[in-house]
Amino acid sequence: MHTDEIPLSATAERKVVTQAAGEAPEKDWVIVARGLKREYDMGGEIVRALRGVDVAIRRNEYVAIMGPSGSGKSTLMNLIGCLDTPNAGEYWLSGDLVSSMADDELARVRNREIGFVFQTFNLLPRATALHNVELPLVYAGVSADERKQRARAALERVQLGDRVTHRPNELSGGQRQRVAIARALVNEPSILLADEPTGNLDSTTSEEIMRVFEELASQGQTVIMVTHEPDIARHARRVIMLRDGLIESDERREKFSEKLQTGGHAAIGLK
Amino acid sequence: MPFVDAVRLALAQIRVQKLKSFFTLLGVTIGVMFLIAVVSIVEGMSSYMEHDFVGKLVGVNTVTLRHRPEIGGDITEAQWREMQRRPRVLVSDAQPVVDALPPGTLWSLEGYDQVPISSQWRPAGMLEASAVEGDYFKIRELKAAKGRLLTTQEMAMGTPVVVIGEDIATRFFPNLDPLGRSLKVGGLPYQVVGVAEPQGSIFGLSLDRFVIAPYRSPLRHLVNRPNVIDVIRIKVSGDADMIETQETIRQVMRGRRGLRPSQPDNFAIETSESALSFWTNIKGKLVIAGIILPAIGLVVGAIVIMNIMLVAVAERTREIGIRKALGARRRDIMSQFLVEAATLSTVGAAIGITIGIMLAQLIAALSPLPATVAPWSIVAGVLVGAGVGIVSGIYPASRASRLDPILALRQE
Repeated sequence: MHTDEIPLSATAERKVVTQAAGEAPEKDWVIVARGLKREYDMGGEIVRALRGVDVAIRRNEYVAIMGPSGSGKSTLMNLIGCLDTPNAGEYWLSGDLVSSMADDELARVRNREIGFVFQTFNLLPRATALHNVELPLVYAGVSADERKQRARAALERVQLGDRVTHRPNELSGGQRQRVAIARALVNEPSILLADEPTGNLDSTTSEEIMRVFEELASQGQTVIMVTHEPDIARHARRVIMLRDGLIESDERREKFSEKLQTGGHAAIGLK
Repeated sequence: MPFVDAVRLALAQIRVQKLKSFFTLLGVTIGVMFLIAVVSIVEGMSSYMEHDFVGKLVGVNTVTLRHRPEIGGDITEAQWREMQRRPRVLVSDAQPVVDALPPGTLWSLEGYDQVPISSQWRPAGMLEASAVEGDYFKIRELKAAKGRLLTTQEMAMGTPVVVIGEDIATRFFPNLDPLGRSLKVGGLPYQVVGVAEPQGSIFGLSLDRFVIAPYRSPLRHLVNRPNVIDVIRIKVSGDADMIETQETIRQVMRGRRGLRPSQPDNFAIETSESALSFWTNIKGKLVIAGIILPAIGLVVGAIVIMNIMLVAVAERTREIGIRKALGARRRDIMSQFLVEAATLSTVGAAIGITIGIMLAQLIAALSPLPATVAPWSIVAGVLVGAGVGIVSGIYPASRASRLDPILALRQE
């Protein structure tokens, strides 16, 4: 795998990429953020959620963003997910400077480049699994026939091919999260962005969802996951730790293949 | 989002919340219902006035000459007094008028009044009786259902014979054949020679309550002073110019009355058009009422829809957040809620149209008003419905579209 061949440590890599401010990064970098700052005005009191964060993520990486509450990880996730824009700094997503985009352009980027998986699933309660998965395609302007076909394929990818007509309240938590994953994948986004994806699930189901992520990552999907649970974060191949709005550490784990060989993560259960 | 999807979504929303949707729609439904019903009634009255009423009362291509208008709009007391002082139309006016018009012109003289009428079988009642001469039956297009009409000889001789209407026949000759029997008109016996074909009714008033005798019969003494008549009725051939005809009659009459150019006419010339003008006047007022009444309902409907949509936006904040996260642009959210509001109120309008049509038909069935549904009012109803929805949906929809996706997703 491409990432495995890079000799530099993650921290060193990041520095290389983030030094050339104002320049579009090379194609291989899916995310390059330089000096991201985000402040909130909470009734007169300025909360500095991010105080200058540099992040660089290559295609096909599987990254966990960790940190205690108040560390700024949700803010970073919102910025990465193009739900919010930074007060300062630049953010390049798939070669586009996203940090200076207007609302509707951001919506388009979210639609094409990002697949969200939320802690609370965020499915439309009255819509069927199929319709929920179709939703990003609706906003992408895909024809109804193609939408159905692609949504069905995405549901089959997460082993829910037999649940297309079920509504969220007819599905278990794990199944709901898998519908959400199918929805995130249906537009073939550059990154799969998961916010505490197992936060509302029991440990067995959490493992099941992590196996899905693992499999997607092994198929080449870039996955970024925000979590405060070390048990979940250890599934990722790289962990970025945030504290007080700054990056505390950014470490790549031992090569993925080696990890499998040591047997420490045999439970990951890749097929 | 494609329009069809948006409409489908909106219909699903209505299905899910039937009761709420019902109350939301009520204002628009009632508004459109009134619109359709009132317009139908006005249109019905209108076609009735134009085809039946004026046709039966005045007649096509017909000009009447009276000393004052029969069908008048609002007149002041001073005008009324002036009309009362006018000289009456005389029998001797008829010949000069007819002579001034092209040959082939039909004419009749009529005098009428309420007179006591009785028969051997029924006591007297005050009813209208006419004394006529000339082409009366041709102009009125009256035909005999039984017996015959008055002959030229009877007209010339003043024979005491009458042609009666259906109502008179049934009233004074119960279960009897009236032909050849005697009807007392103003105390004198008249022989019934014919019963006219039924004429129907206008606004519930029967048109078959008439008695027609020759002008030269003794009846004329009861209805008018000597030589005076109520109406000279003229019918010109189909292609004649009505305005020219009226003007000719006017000039003859002004000449006979010796009016100076500065003096106004002291007689009235009426045609089916001039009779209609008073109706057009009323119709205008009715149409305004027919617009204001539904408008109130629609304004209320619009306010209700706006409120319900604001509540819907608040309730569905999370859904909006999800949609935005998945790539919905402002205009996608905006159009979703606009289409929803428009669909909601168009459904309301459709129900209103249905009820309005049924209401119009009910009124047509239960009253003499012939309500006819105008196709344009249905189109107007649908457009008004959609319009109300869009107008009242703009504010809630724009609020929805401007929601911050992060805050929206955080909402429970």
